Amino acid sequence: MALAEPISAVLSKGRHLFERERVLGPLLIAPAFLYIVLLVGFPFIFAIYLSMTDATTGNPYASFIGLQNFIEVVQSPVFRRALKNTFVFTISSQVLVIVLAKILALALSKNFRGKGIVLFLILLPWVAPISLATIGWLWIFHARFSIIDWILRAAGLLPPNANMFWLGRPDLAMIAVITVHVWRMLPFSTVILLAGLTSIPRDILDQAEVDGAGFWRRLFQITIPLLLPVISVAILFGTIFTFTDMAVVYVLTRGGPFDTTQVLSSLAFFKGIVGGNLGVGAAISLFLFPVLLFVAVLILRLARRVEVV
Amino acid sequence: MDQVLLPRSLKRFGFQSGHFLVLGAFVVFTALPFAWMLITAFKQNTDLYNPMNNPFWFNEPPTLDQWRYVFTKTMYARWLLNTAFVGVMVVGITLLLAIPAGYSLARFLGRWGEQLGIGIFLVYLIPPTLLFIPMARVVTALGLQNTLWSLVVTYPTITIPFSTWLLMGFFKSIPRDLEEAALVDGYSRLGAFLKIVLPLAVPGIITVVIFSFTLSAQEFVYALTFVTATAQKTVSIGVPSDMVRGDIFDWGPLMGSAFLASVPVAILYYFVLDRFVSGFTAAGAIR
Repeated sequence: MALAEPISAVLSKGRHLFERERVLGPLLIAPAFLYIVLLVGFPFIFAIYLSMTDATTGNPYASFIGLQNFIEVVQSPVFRRALKNTFVFTISSQVLVIVLAKILALALSKNFRGKGIVLFLILLPWVAPISLATIGWLWIFHARFSIIDWILRAAGLLPPNANMFWLGRPDLAMIAVITVHVWRMLPFSTVILLAGLTSIPRDILDQAEVDGAGFWRRLFQITIPLLLPVISVAILFGTIFTFTDMAVVYVLTRGGPFDTTQVLSSLAFFKGIVGGNLGVGAAISLFLFPVLLFVAVLILRLARRVEVV
Repeated sequence: MDQVLLPRSLKRFGFQSGHFLVLGAFVVFTALPFAWMLITAFKQNTDLYNPMNNPFWFNEPPTLDQWRYVFTKTMYARWLLNTAFVGVMVVGITLLLAIPAGYSLARFLGRWGEQLGIGIFLVYLIPPTLLFIPMARVVTALGLQNTLWSLVVTYPTITIPFSTWLLMGFFKSIPRDLEEAALVDGYSRLGAFLKIVLPLAVPGIITVVIFSFTLSAQEFVYALTFVTATAQKTVSIGVPSDMVRGDIFDWGPLMGSAFLASVPVAILYYFVLDRFVSGFTAAGAIR
């Protein structure tokens, strides 16, 4: 504070406010801008370069091999499976999340005693570190001590001493991964929908009720249409977070059994970092980019549409 | 038809219990893994590893053995310290860069600033899984592999964009007149910013502090990629990778340490959630 006065006194000598703003503006944003260019922009260009080389962890002097990594990757069955899984996990979990979040947001839009603690418990999956939370699920899906199995046995749906082997069978492992993704993203979408729900003018709904519109009619003809932009926001961000996530699959299944739950990010990790094949790993990661770009464009278009309204 | 004939209070009661049933089901779903962690962390191994035992209750007396193991036989305490160190450093770097950037976007760059603001926000959406391989190379080139500094340097690439965006919104909501009045009163630009604007932006700054800190505690991909030395790990990778000996999972200590690290982060996050969410909804409704 003591320094501030003399420096600015020097700055202000004989200068117009406008001129100083023109200097000050770019000056203030420059550090953040440079940081992002150097540590996001450069690595991104570097990723594209790496993907066209045969670089490995042991061999820093890579040679240029054009699109060979991409061709090789696209032809591998494991990659195709991972690509398909990434979409299956993202789409199925997002559909479930939006439906459940809508119901939950409606339930939370009322005031009741203890709402704070209920909200906290519902938010836990999103706010807790995902790798640690997924360990909790690993224990829930344990081959022998799974509590789901225990409940099924207690209910007589599973013979005594039998187990489901949740993470040992491809179909169940996929259900497990989707469950954890739904669990993780549900709070995020719920809170966004809740924010939208509370911004709907009360008198519109009241008027509709007076005019004789029932609960379902109000829901489908007023609430949901008015919420559409907010629902889109929840879906778009949810899609990005799920599509690019690696922690859930890595902790839960390591992509197994036999690569059947592998996703793009985990496959890139296993090939590029664990296997040391940087070129192939970078190429696999880059397949995330078109979807990211597509969603980013949708977000921008959504923003513009809201602006017009 | 029946519903119409029901007394109003009974209908209300039915509606209310339905409401609580729905909420209750959701709470069980979201909180179950944490409840299960908490119970597991106080159970004896003989109790845990008996598939006949009711997992939701203590079939044998509770014990603190699992916690003793966590704090004496593993580097958990070290990982917590590491996480705190990375978190504090990341918060510092983020504030230092995002406050001026957000202010500049809100005040000085006009229409152009808005475009740039959206652009910077979109950088937040670039996930670590897209960049971790080249980033590993960058980290090695900087000589930071296997150190906490690799995380201190890379996490701000995620926190700065979102924080700049959030602060831009905050600075915009502060009336320009306040600063102009201060300038007329003889304050310098910097003086007006420090004395008038910054105090009003405190809620935004607190949000950024908590967001950056919790993100540092939550991040997994970069930490897993850059740090392999046990003593240099943060909680989010130390627990999943180093508490497992080969194929042997020590479920008691694992659940205890996962629970203990999750809940404080969750509580911190909970307090700024509203403002954090408004960052997203604002992105969908940019003026």
